[in-house]
Amino acid sequence: MNEAVIRVAGLGKSYVTAAGLFPALKGVDLSIARGEFVAIMGPSGSGKSTFMNLLGCLDTPTFGDYFLTGRNVAHMGNDELAVLRNRTIGFVFQGFNLLPRMSLEDNVALPLVYAGVAREARRAKGREMLARVGLESYAMSLPARISGGQQQRVAIARALINRPPLILADEPTGNLDSHTSEEIMALFGELNDEGITIVLVTHEADIAAHAKRQVRFFDGLIVSDVRHDRAPPARMPAPC
Amino acid sequence: MLAAMLGEAWHAMGCNRMRTALTMLGMVIGVGSVVLMMAIGQGAQYAVAQTISTMGSNLYVIIAGSTQTSGVRSGGGFGFTLRVADADAIAELDDVTYVAPVHQGTQQLVYGAKNWSSVVVGTTPEYLDARAWSVASGHSFGESDVRSATRVALIGKTVVENLFEPGEDPLGKTIRVRQTPFVVVGTLGAKGQNLDGRDQDDTIIVPLSTAQRKVFGVPFAGSVRSIIVQAASAEAMPSVEKSITALLRQRHRLRDDADNDFYIRNLAAAADSAAETTRVMSLLLGAIASVSLLVGGIGIMNIMLVSVTERTREIGIRMAIGARQKDILTQFLLEAVMISIAGCLIGLMLGIGGALLTNTITDMVIVISGGSVLVAFTVAAGVGVFFGFYPARKAAALDPIEALRYQ
Repeated sequence: MNEAVIRVAGLGKSYVTAAGLFPALKGVDLSIARGEFVAIMGPSGSGKSTFMNLLGCLDTPTFGDYFLTGRNVAHMGNDELAVLRNRTIGFVFQGFNLLPRMSLEDNVALPLVYAGVAREARRAKGREMLARVGLESYAMSLPARISGGQQQRVAIARALINRPPLILADEPTGNLDSHTSEEIMALFGELNDEGITIVLVTHEADIAAHAKRQVRFFDGLIVSDVRHDRAPPARMPAPC
Repeated sequence: MLAAMLGEAWHAMGCNRMRTALTMLGMVIGVGSVVLMMAIGQGAQYAVAQTISTMGSNLYVIIAGSTQTSGVRSGGGFGFTLRVADADAIAELDDVTYVAPVHQGTQQLVYGAKNWSSVVVGTTPEYLDARAWSVASGHSFGESDVRSATRVALIGKTVVENLFEPGEDPLGKTIRVRQTPFVVVGTLGAKGQNLDGRDQDDTIIVPLSTAQRKVFGVPFAGSVRSIIVQAASAEAMPSVEKSITALLRQRHRLRDDADNDFYIRNLAAAADSAAETTRVMSLLLGAIASVSLLVGGIGIMNIMLVSVTERTREIGIRMAIGARQKDILTQFLLEAVMISIAGCLIGLMLGIGGALLTNTITDMVIVISGGSVLVAFTVAAGVGVFFGFYPARKAAALDPIEALRYQ
């Protein structure tokens, strides 16, 4: 459990805007060990989204270093980053981001296309992952035929298909009602129990409470980093 | 991976059928018109080449100069400056294959109750060799017939049809030309029209001596109106023309400052210019048709650009789950190429169908060569790649974060 899946040192990102250079992230140090469940919080504009994009290898930092499973990602080229996104990271988005014209099975198996897996194997693994999230009976349906919560489950199945050590979730419950949110968070909890490292961005305190560690961003810097030994049991207070 | 991408491209095409069909239509019309125009152009070239080949290759016609009697000048070919002996002398020159003196004119032919006006060609047996004219039945006459002026004749297909009953064998029959009886010893192979559109089969060939003595009558014995000369090859033609000119000037004892008293017409040059004309026409047709192919290609580019914009978010998702830039590039290129190849196949069928229809309706000669089909196909695939590349590169160059945020 000591091995760091993510280690960033002095990581910073600046954007060029009309008003000049805007520092979105001002040099962040953070280490996330294998098997951790981390919630990243902060108001909008705090730099948490920029940080997630960097963690997800969707963007490259202006300065600093980022070690993902021990390899420095900061200076990798586009193709190397794409391979990392394919094999090492599973993405879960707020808007589910399934491809609307593809069956759920094909959606789940899509990362395997870019991993060069043959058709039959893709199909088998796609079904297996759909079964893992309890949706194998919808394999041939289109995303529009199922509910938001189910779509998010499919998205999680897609994130899991290459068995990545790390799952990055960006506001995964942002579009879901509280009951469904609970279910999704429970699923994340299960995955974490299986040893998968999970980093999720949220601005909801009760969602963040499911994580074992909360990192709070403000103005491009980390302002607090709190660990719980055990996440509180999944029991939501009644919504007001 | 390529198979998966082909499947996806197929799927993407199927998702927006109307748009795909309209995009394809550009290629269909482009390829269809290229194939049709090339078929017509090559057909015309083929028809002209056929006509030229019936004329005989590498031919010169030497025509006697004009005469002037009491201030009245005749046209070329009516003088008496060329002689049979000139022909014999020309035959001795290098690179000359066949030489045949010719005296021809139109005469009325009579057989039984029928009569027919035709071109009577008085010449030597070498005439048939120079013109590459075969004998369909019977046999040709020989040098001895020319020497002894026998009354024998070879008749063309049109003459046979007009003088004889269907199924009647003309061989051995006697026809009369200007009261002189001729025995038909052979019939000529069919040649069709010449470049001027004259029916070459409407001809009767007789020995030169017989024609001059019995049919036309010549005031100066031994003179002839024209001489046909075949050069050994196309390359030898200029040198043969020079040596003929020099030889004839010497034989006719012309001074250095005197004009030639004969004309040399190069039939190969006329044939070449006819062939060149049709070739240019064929190219022109192809070029015009290519413009529509270009327009079709621009249509593909237009639609692909729209498609990239529409699917920006999809591209972002694909990138987030591990698509490399070249994967995105390949995907959009494949889509463009598939649309253009599918359009090409349909266009090919329509083009060939149109060509066959043209052939049925207008009797125009149509040549659909494997080459033109291959060219159309390659060009279509090329158009797909060329016009698909810019939109595909635009898609591949998208920033994944921006693309994911795109609504």
